[in-house]
Amino acid sequence: MNALLDVQALEAFYGRTKALHGVSFSMATGGITTILGANGAGKTTTLRAISRMVRTTGTIRFEGEALERRATEDVVQLGIAHAPEGRGTFVHLTVEENLRLGAWGRRERGNLKDDFERVFGYFPVLHERRRQAAGTLSGGEQQMLAVARALMLRPRLLLLDEPSLGLAPLVVREIFRILRTINQTGVSILLVEQNAALALDLADHVFLLETGRVVMEGPSDVLRKDDAIRRAYLGY
Amino acid sequence: MDILIQQVVSGLATGGIYASLALALVMIYQATDVVNFAQGELAMFATYICWSLINAGLPYWVAFLSTLAIAFVGGVVIERVVIRPVENAPILSIVMVTLGLLVICNSVAGWIWTYLQKPFPSPFSANPIKVGNVVFGAHDLGEIEVTMLVLLCIYLFFRFTPLGLAMRAAAHNPVSSRLVGIRVGWMLALGWGLAAVFGAVAGMMVAPVLTLEPNLMGGVQIYAFAAATLGGFTSPGGAVLGGFIVGVVENLVGTYVSFIGTELKFTVALAMIIVVLLVRPTGLFGTTVVKRV
Repeated sequence: MNALLDVQALEAFYGRTKALHGVSFSMATGGITTILGANGAGKTTTLRAISRMVRTTGTIRFEGEALERRATEDVVQLGIAHAPEGRGTFVHLTVEENLRLGAWGRRERGNLKDDFERVFGYFPVLHERRRQAAGTLSGGEQQMLAVARALMLRPRLLLLDEPSLGLAPLVVREIFRILRTINQTGVSILLVEQNAALALDLADHVFLLETGRVVMEGPSDVLRKDDAIRRAYLGY
Repeated sequence: MDILIQQVVSGLATGGIYASLALALVMIYQATDVVNFAQGELAMFATYICWSLINAGLPYWVAFLSTLAIAFVGGVVIERVVIRPVENAPILSIVMVTLGLLVICNSVAGWIWTYLQKPFPSPFSANPIKVGNVVFGAHDLGEIEVTMLVLLCIYLFFRFTPLGLAMRAAAHNPVSSRLVGIRVGWMLALGWGLAAVFGAVAGMMVAPVLTLEPNLMGGVQIYAFAAATLGGFTSPGGAVLGGFIVGVVENLVGTYVSFIGTELKFTVALAMIIVVLLVRPTGLFGTTVVKRV
């Protein structure tokens, strides 16, 4: 299999507390994969493990390169952009400065003009607010900024942590529509979501995480019809 | 009136020195939540290096610029070697480390250069400059120019360069900074380097007035604390303005309030710190930082 990201026997620790108990999964290039699970199942921790923000054992390979010994900054340079839980906005800086920072870890420096045009094309509201302090944006706008900032890296893999959290349904739909467009330009996406219905609609492949383990996986079309999933995560 | 103008200008001159050192304190505080008690002593040490370079025959400005370069490297090295290992230690441990640095700098300077006072040259003419009836010290005016130039450079650096932007980002939000690929540790080290540069400027500008000795910056540092507290420890611009205010107030109070004179000037600085902390703990331009504990 042509694996973009391959995770084997991943365990993660916060101090002495183990948060992941041997997670294994791999995702193909070009797809949208989602990790579903309840609060505390280890979804965010899985993303944090890939970005090297938490202590782990096991292996993580991105395009064949081992990530375990790298620092967060070096993982970014491989082309993995992470829009973190809580959006990670630089609230004191302007929208434009936030976006500039997004391109910091990129290998090819070059001109940012095309990138600005591209993300402003996706999110015109960010263009209107480009000189504003990012902390003054609404929640939805900050989420758009988080995605836009991640795109400035010209990533090969985009890690998204709960992009729908706390946002109005209309805004969420807009963001998810753009995520699909972004994916069509060749960016693979690993999405962590609590809103299972949304995530199943967007993703082509699903992993279900329970208390730090992968308990089920498959194409989203299949898992959507699974009774257990439907009852526990879709609520009908 | 003439005396007033004279005193205000000379207050601005010393204020510029407090502003530089306060800015150094605030920069490090913002990036690491640590008040660097050794900031003044590092500045004193740099001033001695400049004195040695001048004594070795270098022209003043060459020695001045070389000292800035040495101070920058020194600041970076100190952060990497001394501060980095205790980065994740409790705040009090780091404070103790900076206090240790203070004592070490002071003693080593005394050991190398003795505690005898040394005259330190001023690059500006000794002749006062007369405008109407008002007489300004040339060194005072030069000091203001140099401080303003340094402040302008640093403003432009932080405002308009990618590296300046990354340093601001690293100070405000280290986690997100790492996620965009900024090497936060190095940004902090660069911050220490720049802070050491401001300190060195302050030291070299104040040394001709106070004459050089290992305790050169002790008093200046207290005024710089007052300036940073007044402006707000979270606001670089505020710290600079605070520096100028403290300088002017110190001078005016010393001149016009007869019982204070020169002997009780320090008390004014300390009183300012206390009043600010009582009335407006965040300072004039500071923001309240809410932390989860």
